[in-house]
Parts: sequence; C-alpha cells; structure tokens
Amino acid sequence: MNDRLSAQYWLHEKELTAYSSEAVRDRRRSAMERFEAVGFPTVRDEDWKYSSLKPVLAPHYGLRPPCAPLEDEHLEYKDIKRFLVNELDSYRVVFLNGRYSSWLSDTTHRGFDVCTLSAAWKKYPETIDRYFAQLTENLGPLAQLNTALAWDGLYVVVPDNVVVDRPIQVLSFTTGTEPLATQIRNLVVLGVNAQAEIIERHQSLSDHPTWTNAVDEAYLAAGAQLRWVKLQHDAPEASLTQHTRIQQARDSRAQVNTISTGGRFIRNNLDFVLQEPGADARMLGLTLAKGKQLVDHHTLVDHQAAHCTSHENYKGIYDDGSKGVFNGRIYVHEDAQKTDAYQQNANLVLHERAEVNTKPQLEIFADDVKCSHGCTVGQLDEDALFYLRARGIKEPEARALLMLAFAEDALAGIDHPSLNAKLHKLIAGKLGVDLTLDL
Amino acid sequence: MLEIKNLHASIGDKEILRGVNLTVKPGEVHAIMGPNGSGKSTLSSVIAGREDYEVTSGDILWDGQSILELAPEQRAHLGLFLSFQYPVEIPGVSVSNFVKTALNAVRTARGEEPLDASAMLKKMREALQLLEMDKGFLSRSLNEGFSGGEKKRNEIFQMAMLEPRLAILDETDSGLDIDALRIVAQGVNGLRSPKASFVVITHYQRLLDYIVPDVVHVLYKGRIVKTGDKTLAQDLEVRGYDWIKKEVE
Repeated sequence: MNDRLSAQYWLHEKELTAYSSEAVRDRRRSAMERFEAVGFPTVRDEDWKYSSLKPVLAPHYGLRPPCAPLEDEHLEYKDIKRFLVNELDSYRVVFLNGRYSSWLSDTTHRGFDVCTLSAAWKKYPETIDRYFAQLTENLGPLAQLNTALAWDGLYVVVPDNVVVDRPIQVLSFTTGTEPLATQIRNLVVLGVNAQAEIIERHQSLSDHPTWTNAVDEAYLAAGAQLRWVKLQHDAPEASLTQHTRIQQARDSRAQVNTISTGGRFIRNNLDFVLQEPGADARMLGLTLAKGKQLVDHHTLVDHQAAHCTSHENYKGIYDDGSKGVFNGRIYVHEDAQKTDAYQQNANLVLHERAEVNTKPQLEIFADDVKCSHGCTVGQLDEDALFYLRARGIKEPEARALLMLAFAEDALAGIDHPSLNAKLHKLIAGKLGVDLTLDL
Repeated sequence: MLEIKNLHASIGDKEILRGVNLTVKPGEVHAIMGPNGSGKSTLSSVIAGREDYEVTSGDILWDGQSILELAPEQRAHLGLFLSFQYPVEIPGVSVSNFVKTALNAVRTARGEEPLDASAMLKKMREALQLLEMDKGFLSRSLNEGFSGGEKKRNEIFQMAMLEPRLAILDETDSGLDIDALRIVAQGVNGLRSPKASFVVITHYQRLLDYIVPDVVHVLYKGRIVKTGDKTLAQDLEVRGYDWIKKEVE
C-alpha cells in the first residue's frame, strides 16, 4: 500500500501541482517524503497504541488517479436524499469517490466562496499558496499522505464581516464494486467577524471496505465564528481517518460537534490552536459503538495566548466488543495566563467485552490558569433504571431513555431544529428504540 | 387488593424483613411507622419489585395473585405506584417526556390507546393545578436541581398522572416544610377514592395530620409489631418508640 500511494504521488505530481506555486509543490513533496520516511503509524506509536490500522489497511484498495474528474460513476439525488438534512435550506457540496459531483451540488461565489478545492487550485492559487498545508506541517503520516495526494474537498473562503447565510452540507460518498481508498481535503478560511456553519458527512454506499483519509484546515480571523457538525454514521465496512486543525485569532469562536455512531473504524484528530487572546474553542463528542466498531478521539487544545477558553465534553456508550479511545490533550503555554480550560469524558460500558481507554493529558506551563478535567467509565445507574421501571417503562426503553439522557448534552449547541431532530432520531434508532420525544 | 403474607426478604446475607403480614383493602389508607432501620423502605422496594432484595419466603398478592415474579414495570402496569424517598435525577429527560412515556407505557400494557398530545396536556394541567405547580415545571429535566419539596411534589404529580390503584408513599414528608407538606397532602387527598388505596410510610406523625389513615402499623425489626387506628400514631408522637421496643423485647 505504501508503495502504491507513493507511486501515485510521483507519477502525478505534475498534475497535482500544475496550478500551484513552487512553495505549495514543495509542501506536497516534503509531505510525501515524510510519509515515505515513516510509513503508516503502528501500535508502537504512542498516539496509536490502542488503535491498530492493520484491519483498515488490509483490503486491496483501488486508487483512482488523483486528478481525474468523475467519469462513469453517477448518483441520483434520490440515492443521497436520505443522507441530507433535507428540511434545511443549505449549500451543498457533494463528492463521489473523492471527486466533486456538480450534478448533486449547490455552490456559490456570490459574496463568498463555497465550492471545491479541485476548482480552487487553478482559480485561487494565491489563497492556496497562503493557506494550503500551513497548519499540517507537523502532523502525523496520515495527514502528510493527504497533503501530498489532496485534490478535492470543500473550499470555503468568507471575506471580512460576511455571514454565510445558510449552513453548508458537505457529503462524501463512496460507491463501486471494489474496495476504495480516497483522500478528502477541506479548506475553510473565515475573515474578520465572518461566520459559517458546516455539516459534514462521509457515507459509503458500497458493500466493500472503504477508507477515507481526510484533513481539514480552518483559519479563523479575529471575531470569526465557525460551527462544524461531523456526522460519522457510516456503513459497517467503512473506515475514516480524519485530522481537523483549526487556528483561531483574537475573539474567534469555533465549535465542533462530532457524532460517531457508524463505521468500522473511526480515528478523529481534532486540534484547536488558540493564537490570540479571547479565542474560544468548544468541542462536543458523542460516540455510540456496537459490534466490532472502534472509535478513537484524539483532541488537542493548544492554548498559546492569554485569556482564551476551551470547553470539551465527550460522551461514549460502548456495547458488545466495541472499543473506544479518548485522548484529550490540553497544552497551556507559559504566556497563556488566565486560560480557562474544561475537559470532560464520560463513558458507559454496557458489555464486559467492550473497552474504553481514556486519557486526559494536561500540560500546563502558565501559573494563573483554571483547568479542570474529569473522566468516568461506568455502567447505567441501577437506581435510575429502577425508578423508570417502577413508573411502568419497560427495561429496554428505560435503558434507552437513560442512554439518550446521557448522550443529550453532546448535542448541545446544535440550533437547527431539523438537524437536531434528525440526530435525535438517529441516536434513538441506534439505541434500538423509537422514542417520540416532543410533546 | 394487596395482601402480604409472612414476607421475608434479605439483601446479601442480611435479613431485613422477617415475616411481614399486611392486608390493604380498596379505598383504605394505611400508615406504616417505625424507627429508623426497621425495614420500612425495604418493604416498599420489595413491593415495587426492586431486584436487589431477595424474597426468601412468604408472598405478595395483588387481587389474590402473586406478583413476586413480576418485573417492576409489570407491577406498575397493574396499578402499583411507589413515591420514592429519594427520587432519581435524570438530566436530559424532561418531566413532560418522562410522564408521557410512563403513562403511555402503562396504557399500552393495559391494552388502552396512548393519549394524544392534547389529552395528555390537559391531564398534565389538571395534575399541576392540584399540586399548585407551575407549567414551566414540565420542561425541566427530571428532578435535576429540584429542591426537596419539588422532588416530592413531582412524585405526587406523577401519581396524579398515573392514577394508581395502590400508591406507596415512602417518607414523602421527609425534608418538607409545612407548606410543601400541606400541598403534597392536598394532592394525595385529592386522589382518594373508594377504589384507590394508599400505604403511607413515615417516621413522624406530622403527615398523618393531613392524610388521615384508617389503620396505623408499627414496623420494628422487620415485623409489624403493633396495629391500631390513628390514635396509635398520636401515641407514638408523644411517647416515641421506646415503649414499643420494650413491649416487643
């Protein structure tokens, strides 16, 4: 696999970098060289101790030529409708097997850009030069691989003081008659006081194993606001590795909700770099894992400046032989006085074979800060269960209700009623009970 | 309707109930009093079906049928209600959703149609009124951040919604000030009928000034050692439990 990926780059470097500056080409080239030097991470790497990539890399994946457009692959709107939040008036950027599908998309350049990276290479080379791979240089080999081979993904650039008027739904579908590996690269640049909201979903429609390796870079200028909902409810044979890195200037706010309920293997790296005072980062996660699913969350809040705040709350419910990893790193630099950082990771383990490895990792070099963290691993509260049953609620429903209640606060901050309702329904469905929650 | 026969129950190796006999007829209000540790709360938990306790001998009959093998929810479906001494806080579940889920679960189990939204809301309003509660209460998370008085009122609110045939009020008066006590009692009295029975478990006579019992029992060391009318409760208030302990030993 390593050789095939490496060959892809060197064979196609010219096309991949055709419209780019030398600097961008060098970034890609050195990313590939770095990937070649270390290869895929293994469980011997501290960061991958509990999550073996072996099963993800085992299938013989087909690789599409990196820059080729969509050819005979085709999807109709009716095929994808159920994966959208339909009630939501939104921009839509749809990818199929790692390639932009204009047929299914609804993009814009009016006042701001909501389009694709594949178009941006040629159209906006200066922006690419300024932002592409500037946050990812020191990340792990999977991100390097993506930097080298990236061709398509979401491209959002919003000028100062502009609010993107509708949420952006970005969907990446995988289809086909063989295992397929794809790279997705998303770039988001928000100007001063700009605002945008993204709803992201990766979805395999194939019966074969798929592996999506994605990287997101987001730049928030002063006062900018970004909300990002990551809905990871993929097919049973799908694997996702994704590194999201968000850099925040003064008084900017970023919130990421990650809902991981489907797929065979999920590895999320989520980094916030708080560069200037007043920046605020919020991350909420909900994992519901069953069967042999593995969900690994590695988060990092890099408090570089004073007076920044971060709030992190991850919940997980693990059943059967599923496995969870939570590694929450908070790094407070010497100058980052008055930092206010909160981290919480709570897990329910429903089966004796299920496993959760949770590790808070706080490195604090400033002396005037408020940092708190906690993690719990437990079972459902028997007193609560008896209380519900004594009111006539049957045991399975009572369990589901308690799990739903446990999960509830991970959906905080999702204000669109239709999205919220969809997520609730999905979660209740995953818990095996159809609860009608509204009165 | 409820008949408890020589009930023995233990938790772990410890026997807590040691031969309880009690018969409650429709429409009756029974008070069970007793010093701390006499087994009052265990008795209510065992009747409601809490699985932590093992019934080692004896029986609990409901309309002449044993309910020992029934799950807590099945007992609730028959019309049994337990007002908890310590109601559990469940963040994320609103009072209205919880009560709606419970009531419809009970109705469905009895082969009745679930109530539609407007009928449900109407019923909730009536129950709220009985307990002098505000509508905003419905959207709060179940018991989360409730004061002691609010928790107990919430229990009686649920009872009013579920309209049980037999309700056990486990120390419903504990932690209540006199106003809250009056409101809770008013709620209970509003639900008294020739068909509804109550078992009021309490440490003090105070509550029984408001909810006047037909029969008063004293539970001590896992047995009912004395039974009388409401004057027994008044006696206990004046003389304490020591004379009973002496009588027994």
